[in-house]
Amino acid sequence: MQVDEATVRRIARLARIRVGDNEARSLVSELSSILTWVEQLGEVDTDGVEPMTSVVEARIKMRDDVVTDGGDRERILANAPRAEDGYFVVPKVVE
Amino acid sequence: MATLTGLTVAEAREGLACGEFSARELTEAHLARIEAAGALNAFIRVTPERALAMADASDARLARGEGGALEGIPVAVKDIFCTDGTPTTAASHILEGFTPGYESTVTANLWAAGAVMLGKVNNDEFAMGSSNENSHFGPVVNPWRRGGDDTPLVPGGSSGGSAAAVAAMLAPAATATDTGGSIRQPAALTGTVGLKPTYGRCSRWGIVAFASSLDQAGPVTRTVRDAAIMLKQMAGHDAKDTTSVDRPVPDYEAALTGDMTGLRVGIPAEYRVDGMPDEIEKLWRQGIEWAKAAGAEIVDVSLPHTRYALPAYYIVAPAEASSNLARYDGVRYGLRVAKPDLIDMYEATRAEGFGAEVRRRVLIGTYVLSAGYYDAYYLKAQKVRTLILQDFNAAFEKVDVLLTPTTPNAAFAIGEKIDDPLAMYLNDILTVPVNMAGLPGISVPGGRDADGLPLGLQVIGKPFDEATMLRAAHVLEEARGEFPRPEEWWVQ
Repeated sequence: MQVDEATVRRIARLARIRVGDNEARSLVSELSSILTWVEQLGEVDTDGVEPMTSVVEARIKMRDDVVTDGGDRERILANAPRAEDGYFVVPKVVE
Repeated sequence: MATLTGLTVAEAREGLACGEFSARELTEAHLARIEAAGALNAFIRVTPERALAMADASDARLARGEGGALEGIPVAVKDIFCTDGTPTTAASHILEGFTPGYESTVTANLWAAGAVMLGKVNNDEFAMGSSNENSHFGPVVNPWRRGGDDTPLVPGGSSGGSAAAVAAMLAPAATATDTGGSIRQPAALTGTVGLKPTYGRCSRWGIVAFASSLDQAGPVTRTVRDAAIMLKQMAGHDAKDTTSVDRPVPDYEAALTGDMTGLRVGIPAEYRVDGMPDEIEKLWRQGIEWAKAAGAEIVDVSLPHTRYALPAYYIVAPAEASSNLARYDGVRYGLRVAKPDLIDMYEATRAEGFGAEVRRRVLIGTYVLSAGYYDAYYLKAQKVRTLILQDFNAAFEKVDVLLTPTTPNAAFAIGEKIDDPLAMYLNDILTVPVNMAGLPGISVPGGRDADGLPLGLQVIGKPFDEATMLRAAHVLEEARGEFPRPEEWWVQ
């Protein structure tokens, strides 16, 4: 699959990663070569094959539906680049 | 106390138990050796105060006769395990400044058994890489060099710091993680033992996530016995990770019987890949001879979808990574690049915070999961994964373990493959299928190439049968004899 620069920019926007002009151009060839290479999977007949959902067959254990953790606001906010009055602070999103 | 750093985990355990030396002396010897090994760049952060406090506590417990299974044993921790109160970066700029307020389950298990943390070791950013060149803190240098040649070589990756630290005897053991070969490949390239357990054997809680259906923690050590000792303490069910499996953890050391009588060892034809050097072929044949001599029955098996494991991996792993790494948004922890607009802030933070390979994989993952492409890429890859697992299941009806080389080549030069992502990815061609099927695998030093560089043999086990895998690996190790250690060119 050959991707073009517009596709690279659309993907980067979806991934929330800013890419400069030079980087966008080099990503066109890098992503195209990786995507072309993975397309060899097209040779494999997967008709009627179930996609893997869990590598080890195990039933998820159930537990009582009770609160086991929480009340750690200070500890959680301790790593925030900006916090005020017990909240994370982000740039203004509502005019 | 230079000789203390040459001890294996089992030897140090013995020495501590009979009071030959103290945990403090053992820890101090390793800290001194780490300090003199800056040229390797194996550590991101050394934690001498914490190490000595833990060692003193170990000495007190040993004096009271209350020592745990790893009492006083110094361990290096891959900087992808969250450590309470000690910064954890995953070797990424985006996590700089992050200090966890909690401890990963695997490291908590080690400390509960009495182990001593020396510090946090380097790795490829978010465990994405096969050379440790993708670290924000610079590449790790392999303690091994080619004979008569000063060219700095990679230690492999992503657990390059773990492998280099253990190979250079900066630590007798290290924790590591393996998503596509990140424990076994660096072990092979540094002459160490690297064990990736069955998916679910160790808790992933508190480990910085890369690809959640593939990631698994395990040890790097210098001997198979030490790998058995470490795994026993690292493994176990954890209510905080629903994918950790609740089944008994056997005494792996007891499995090291020294013989392979009655064991059926499978040799998968498809692991003979195009362009594989003769030296790797020779190593493999030697491994087969060792197994035979120890009483094993050699059985040819076929794993027909082997060649599709790597391309399927490069859909599944980036897809999961793009989802897992969405959390790095400049809001809750780590780096923030200030911008007046929220979306601009996200985009600038992630552009500056992630290195080139991480950005590349997040973009690939975003692409294969995007509307219109999900079925063609992600769903197709997960179907291929089912076929890979079925191949292994069929083989394991006929054999108990599989024996293969660990890597298609020895350590390569720093810078040699960094501009060619596909060439770099091919380093994991023999290790990735194990992750895709969730199986346990171990790399043991098997021999050296013409330049004197280490080469690894890989033993692959049945799910949750690490014991038989360790038994086979131990036999190969015994047959090979003492593995040489690198010349200590880095010591200052």
